[in-house]
Amino acid sequence: MTPERRVIAFLSFLLIIVALVACSAPATEAPATEAAATEAPATEAAATEAAATEASGVSEINILTFVGPQVAEPLQRRAPDFTAKTGVKVNVITVPNSDLYQKALTDMATGTNSYDGFLFAPSWIVDFAPAGYIADLTDWAKNDKDLQWDDIGPFFQDFNSYNGKIYSIPVDGDFHLMYYRKDMLEADGLDVPKTWDDYLEVAKHFQGKDLNSDGEPDYGSCISKAKGQQAYWFIYTVAGPYIQAKGSHEGAFFDLKTMDPLVNNDAFKRALEVYDETTKYGPPDELNLGVGDTRGLFLSGRCALSLDWGDIGTLALDETQSKVRGKTGTSITPGSKQVLDRSTGKLVDCDATTCPYAVDGVNYAPYSAFGGWAGAVNASVDPAVQKATYDFFAYMSSPAQANEDVTLGKTGYNPYRISQFKDLDPWLKAGFTEEEAHAYLGAIENSLNNPNMIFDLRIPANHQYQQEELDSIIASFMAHEIDKDQAAQQIFDAWQKITDEQGRDTQLAAYLATIGAK
Amino acid sequence: MEAEAKRETSINLESGFRGQLRLFNSQTERWSKFIFIMPTVLALLFLSIFPLIASIYLSLTNFKFVKGGFQLRFVGLNNYKDLLLGSDQKNFLGLLAPMTPMRWIVLGALIAALFFYLIRTLLKTRISLGGLLGRIILALGLSALAWLAVRTLGPGGRLGTLSVTLVFVFLGITIQYLLGLGLALLASQDLRGRRFFRVVFLLPMMITPVGVAYMFKMVTDTSMGPLTPLWRGVGLANFAWINDPWAARGAIILADTWQWVPFMFIVLLAALESQPTDIVEAATVDGANSWQIFRSITWPGIFPISLTLVLIRMIEAFKIIDLPNVMTGGAPGSATESLTLRAFINWRALDLGSSAAVAYLLLIVVTFFATAFVQTIRQRSLGNG
Repeated sequence: MTPERRVIAFLSFLLIIVALVACSAPATEAPATEAAATEAPATEAAATEAAATEASGVSEINILTFVGPQVAEPLQRRAPDFTAKTGVKVNVITVPNSDLYQKALTDMATGTNSYDGFLFAPSWIVDFAPAGYIADLTDWAKNDKDLQWDDIGPFFQDFNSYNGKIYSIPVDGDFHLMYYRKDMLEADGLDVPKTWDDYLEVAKHFQGKDLNSDGEPDYGSCISKAKGQQAYWFIYTVAGPYIQAKGSHEGAFFDLKTMDPLVNNDAFKRALEVYDETTKYGPPDELNLGVGDTRGLFLSGRCALSLDWGDIGTLALDETQSKVRGKTGTSITPGSKQVLDRSTGKLVDCDATTCPYAVDGVNYAPYSAFGGWAGAVNASVDPAVQKATYDFFAYMSSPAQANEDVTLGKTGYNPYRISQFKDLDPWLKAGFTEEEAHAYLGAIENSLNNPNMIFDLRIPANHQYQQEELDSIIASFMAHEIDKDQAAQQIFDAWQKITDEQGRDTQLAAYLATIGAK
Repeated sequence: MEAEAKRETSINLESGFRGQLRLFNSQTERWSKFIFIMPTVLALLFLSIFPLIASIYLSLTNFKFVKGGFQLRFVGLNNYKDLLLGSDQKNFLGLLAPMTPMRWIVLGALIAALFFYLIRTLLKTRISLGGLLGRIILALGLSALAWLAVRTLGPGGRLGTLSVTLVFVFLGITIQYLLGLGLALLASQDLRGRRFFRVVFLLPMMITPVGVAYMFKMVTDTSMGPLTPLWRGVGLANFAWINDPWAARGAIILADTWQWVPFMFIVLLAALESQPTDIVEAATVDGANSWQIFRSITWPGIFPISLTLVLIRMIEAFKIIDLPNVMTGGAPGSATESLTLRAFINWRALDLGSSAAVAYLLLIVVTFFATAFVQTIRQRSLGNG
């Protein structure tokens, strides 16, 4: 081939490529329209869809959330129904849990705005709302008949609001609960653990015994302790009842006057001891287990006790993966008979003054860890897109959809609406017996209605306090790199540093506001 | 006459035009190199230099949300101070054990050896001012490392992210190099099925590190992984490598080795195959044994390539993050936390200043080792030459 011919050949090739690219745009669009036409047959739905799309001018929305299968699953499953109803196509984009915050923040802070909505932790709205990144949904939510905002539990209403305004729509309600093997405890004549000391005793009793008749020794207690995952929440589930006794507004994280962390005291150190001791009665690699792993272990009948969110309760019903159907008990997380005297830093016995909400001398403090998944709307996108995004979250949260989703283990969603506790039908449909449904919902309600519930940390930089510092230091402590005194001191120092960097007064004001302290 | 004058003018005109053309040509030639190089320079400035400067600034600030957006508050060298002397020291440098007499002796011996080497080279060779400065920096850097090793190894101390990264780099690369060389020597023999093994040895390099990490996480899981029966068979069913700092580091080095031996292998194999066979044959005829052949012929032949190989792997290995992040998340405690993983954890929690500071210190450490390595090699090859 002569050089001229080569040039001509190259140019023709280029021309063909350009032509192909130019043609491909309408070519790909055409099948999409066809698909839409076939998906929604010429019924009323199609007519509404066309009308709705025309009215709003919004054809699709992008939602960012945590990588499935749980949490994203209901969004993906219900998106086509929403599209049929409104004509708005929903793209669900998923990222690993630990990247979600950064992804959302970077998208909004850099003005990229490639996501119209986010399904994330409601505790993050304290960062995003004042920065003006997420939209105020108060008017829409309060005037939405289908959403029934008042049906949402007061705690979750509050958790999804900032300065009295609604910034996210919950689709999930989160608490830590304790799960136990009802059959095993009954067989051995043991009571359900009421305090953390009881928990250790029961765990010790079952450690090394065969709990699922496979001839292998099993474990007393399974708690997710992997670094970089959920371990930093479980330590507060243990520490909570030792630190907080006088109601939610007392707070479990900081001193209400000085904003000094409440960690360098006997209560937190006792919790560290308990947390460390549970490792003795757990799987050998417990320090590397995420919640997915501990759930798997509990469902395969290998653990006598476990701490988790509401998920094990519903997952246990699914016999394709559960060997503990009908054998699983659910209860409020254990409490303590001793509580912190904040003036001395020592533990004192519970009495009517020190533990006003104690039941039979035991102070319970269930922990609203994480608070449940909730949908927030990007404030910088077109108002019509904002409305469409809100509509999608409201659709997901409406009792018609939500009351079914919370009964399914695969969704990762747990109850948060009053009607979900009152109406047993969806639960029975999902496979619960009436007794099981009462026990499961009772445990959650017990936590939800507890006046001494611990509100998860919702102040600016809560990520840095918990996910960075607390997580690293707890991991060091669990690996016995440091002892409990060093751990407490290190958390104290690290948290003080963040508080000072962020501004002590503003942090204190935010903390008081989020726990409702006067 | 007239005709001659005409010709002369036309020659003058022509030469004037030519001169201008030449001038134009030389001008374009002078500028064209700038014009051609400009896109690359701009791309480099934009992609490398600008982020480098922006991240220096970032490392001197603290990120904070304020009304209407975010703010980067200038805090000077505070982020660096925290890492080296302040609250993050335990993470970055590790837990420093108190100096015992034994530790003093070891440290003293190490530093004395270093300075002995420095003074000896100064006396033996004539070196430039730059060379002298470089050597002083090298000696000081190595002394600091010796100090760190003495304070963090042994009872009472604990490795920080810096030392953990160094362990991953130096221990990992040594093992990988030795295994790679062994396999390359094997595959260069005239053995049956060597083609098949060459392909098989290469496979791990093709897999994404995250995939490798998940695979090793499963394989090393003694209670739930696919190899559980095997672990049970050897009595390790209740052993968790995650509970022991050195076992966890070992697991990560194992995965890293599995992935990177092929790289060493393929390059060393190419080096071995490109060696002239006549010298080896001559040596065989002269009665040299295989060790002597390796020592005197093969090794000097592959030495320069080995150095490049180690340098490339070293720069790459300092950035290790995928394996510890997936396999352990840095646990137990911070025993497997590399510098990049620490920077990532800080970044994830929006501590952008600390994250940038860690990344900068990593850059300094990598530059120090890469330069020291290259310089030492150069000196040695000059000396040998």
